[in-house]
Order: sequence, then C-alpha cells, then structure tokens
Amino acid sequence: MALLELTDVQAAYGSVRALHGVSLTVPEGAVVALLGANGAGKTTTLRAISGTVRKTGGNVLFDGRVINTRSPEDVARMGIAHVPEGRGTLAQLTVWENLRMGAYVRRDGPAVKEDFERVVGYFPWIGRRRDQVAVTLSGGEQQMLAIARALMLRPRVMLLDEPSLGLAPLVVQDIYRIIETINREQGTTILLVEQNARTALHAAQHAYVIEVGRIAVEGPSDDLARNEAVRRSYLGY
Amino acid sequence: MYLAGLSVVQGVVQQVVSGLATGGVYASLALALVLIYRSMEALNFAQGEMAMFSTFIAWALITVVHLNYYLAFAITIAISLVGGVVIERVVIRPVEKAPPLTVVLVTLGLFFVVNGTAGLIWGYVIKPFPPAPGFSQTAVSAGGVSLGVQDLFLIAVTVLLLIVLYLFFQYTKIGLGMRSAALYPETSRLLGVRTSWMLALGWGLAAAVGAVSGILIAPIEFLDPNLMQPVLLYAFAAAVLGGIENPVGAVAGGFIVGILLALTGTYVPGARDLRLAFGLVIIVAVLIVRPGGLLGRAHVVRV
Repeated sequence: MALLELTDVQAAYGSVRALHGVSLTVPEGAVVALLGANGAGKTTTLRAISGTVRKTGGNVLFDGRVINTRSPEDVARMGIAHVPEGRGTLAQLTVWENLRMGAYVRRDGPAVKEDFERVVGYFPWIGRRRDQVAVTLSGGEQQMLAIARALMLRPRVMLLDEPSLGLAPLVVQDIYRIIETINREQGTTILLVEQNARTALHAAQHAYVIEVGRIAVEGPSDDLARNEAVRRSYLGY
Repeated sequence: MYLAGLSVVQGVVQQVVSGLATGGVYASLALALVLIYRSMEALNFAQGEMAMFSTFIAWALITVVHLNYYLAFAITIAISLVGGVVIERVVIRPVEKAPPLTVVLVTLGLFFVVNGTAGLIWGYVIKPFPPAPGFSQTAVSAGGVSLGVQDLFLIAVTVLLLIVLYLFFQYTKIGLGMRSAALYPETSRLLGVRTSWMLALGWGLAAAVGAVSGILIAPIEFLDPNLMQPVLLYAFAAAVLGGIENPVGAVAGGFIVGILLALTGTYVPGARDLRLAFGLVIIVAVLIVRPGGLLGRAHVVRV
C-alpha cells in the first residue's frame, strides 16, 4: 500500500516551471531514493509534498488523501517530517530546544518524553550537549540534530533532502546507518533525495532518477545499481 | 566643603532613582517595540498610541466602573492582549509578507486611527489618573537620599515584567514556538508551527506590555490622547540604544535613557526644554557610533 503517492505533479517558482510532471510511489515502511543532478527538481519534489512550493498540477496523496492545498504546517501535523535542504537548523536555539521544536505539535507528553530518550539513544552526544547552541555544532552534528528533530514528530514519513551534503565519508556512513536503523526499528517510511547515488541506492529498496523536472528512470535499487547504462548516464559513477 | 560634596552625591543618586522610575516606563514600551521588531523587522509607530488606548481603558475601569486599581490593571492587560491580536489579524495580516517599510507605513496609519478614536471616545481634556494604591505618595529616606515609593513601584513593575517575559519565552512551549517562528519562519512551518498566529500573539504581547507602560506613566503625566507620544520617542531611543532585537538591551536602554534625561534635566541648563530633541540625539548618536546598540550585534548586509 502506497503511503505517499505523487501523480503527474507540476510545480513552479513564479513563472519558472521546475517540475513537469513527477509521478512516484512510496510504499509504507519503505526507503525510497530520489536521485538526480543539481537542479533536476529533487528538492522541488520534496517541497511539493510539504507544501512549500506552488503546485500547478497533479496530485499529492498521503495515506489515500489528496493533500495538494495543505499548508506546510498542516502537512507536518499530518505526520510528514521534512528535513529541508541545508538542514533547517534553528541555529540560535539550543540542541534541546531544537528537539522540543520537533515535538511542537504533539500533545502526548509522556510519549514525547520516551521519544527524547530514544533519540538520545540514537545520538548519545545529544544527551551530553543539550544546552549547546546549535550554531556551534559541526555540519555532521547539525544533520544528525535535524534527523533527531524530525523523529520527535513521530512522523509516518520522513523527507530527507541530501543528508550527505558537505559531510566527510565516515560521517555520511554514520548518518546512513542511523537512517536505516530508524526505518527498521520505528517503521518510519523514508523518501530520500540524494546526489550521492551510490550511498542512497545502498540504503533504499526502490529508486527514481529525476531529470529536468521529470522521472527518467525508476526501479529497484539493486537493478539500477547493476545497470551500467543507467549508472553512467544518470548516476555518474 | 565635605557637606556640600555629600549633598551633590545625594542629589545625583536621587536623580538616578527617579530616572530609573521613568526609565522603567520607556523600558516597557521599548520592550513592546522589540517584541514586534524581532518578528517582522518593522517598528510599530502605533505602539505608543495602542498603550495610550489601553490606559484609557484602565482609566474607565477605575473611575467609571469603579473597579479596584489592580483588578483594572489585570483586566486592561487582558483586553490589550486580545486587542493586539485582533489588530494584527485585521490590519497587519494583509501586509504580513510585504517589505518592512510597508508594515511601518501601516502602523503609521494605525497611529492616527487609534489616536483619533481615543479622542472621539474620551475627548482631549486631560484627566488625572490614580497612582497605584498601597504605595504611599511619600518618600522614604535612605542614607540622606529620599526615594519616592511610587518610583520604587515603577522600577519593580518593570523588572518583574522583564522576568515574566523571560520565563515565558525561555520555559514555555508557546514562548519557544514564538522565538522559533520569529527567527526561522520557514523551518518552523515545517515543524508544524502556525507562524502567522505566532505573529498575532506577538502583537498581543506587545500591546499588553505597552499597556503597562501607559498605566505607569499616566499618574505622572496626566492622561490625554497624546500621552504616549514623547514616551514613544524615548522608547525608540531606548530600543536603539539597547539593540533593537534584544529585550534585555531594551530594558537597559530604557533605564539609561531615563537616568540621562533626569540628570541632564537637573544639571544642564535648558535641557528640560530640549528633552524631546535629546531623545533624537541618542538615536542618531547610537546609529552612528554603534549601530547594533549596546547588546545587539550589527547586521552586515552584502550588497
């Protein structure tokens, strides 16, 4: 069953069209990767889901319901956590306040407390440095904090925009290990945008390649990774 | 010689205390300005008039409805809070996403609307406003310096106000949400924060804080629709001096402006007549010497 489904979604920044009809399906409990070059429309696709870009056509369905016209805050309240490009660190707030903001819309206090503990389990350094102002964290730590903050929403779907961007290979490994753990242990569905195709294909079961606002290729990750033509023309490795 | 020296010191201390008291009034209004500036980067020119309107409401509750002073104070704060939210929803919301200059112009329009409305309802004849009961009109003497009990009340209220706001923003969920929404509107929306309502709430808080300044100054200055205009100028000076985005700075700035005005008014011949100009001098001086204010940081804009 598809938890998140995009059918022929078009989007534009002012008069500049960025998506020319993107269709993709994210099954419940899956990790799906959306790959492609700079400017292909990966980020815009995520923004079309979270309602932060104007959609000019097509439908976004979440759990069978059309959510085309929902505001970003409503989309978040429905259980879609968007970790934006650049991580959206609340830089002047402390690590702990960032996490509290992640749970902002929740009303189930005791469960929130459990989630704090779970998140600290995933990222032990957060427990030790909770009063540190977020701007002083390293890039990798900020990425981890962004994921931790998204977890605090207890989301059904997590949209991750280039979690590996600008990070050292070892840190990328750490982050991907945690993404996979979250998917496995919490059952959180994940839609992942990446330029780093090899890493993303490793984590995802299914992948889409987007090119100039359209889906060019799709298939199970293993197939795409094995297909030399796809690798060379779209994934660049 | 020794005695003369002591009395000079006593005189200065006395002026400092009375400066702190009126400074508290400037500080409260400056705090209101900062609350709105932080969320929309626009100065609310109507802040003083909104405070004046609140003060008239308090006056009506006390002298017409005959409510207890402190009960009237509390009700006025609540009405101002709601009024501020309503003003934001009706007047500011249409220009919420417009450039700050547009917002400033709208607040300027609001200035005249509120001022005119108060005149229409309550007229332009000055009215006495009761001081806080329970705090005597007399002075207590400490070390040869006589301190007005009402002055101490003003200082205490201002400090209390700052503490309450600090606790609210630091320790409540909604306070945290307001900070986050003001600093990072886009990310905050992705986290489910209704940023537009946070802005409205910011206006409500500012109106409530402004009301405090009006109620504090009214017994000193007499109440009329133009009550808050000089106060607004000093509050601008205080906010700029402290750092326009910094609440603690605004309060410090308010106290400093109050002290400077009291000292120059006493010791510099003619300064009392040039009080308003003095407020402007502070604004210009700060903007030239230290544009970020005492506790703010200067914004560097790449052009």
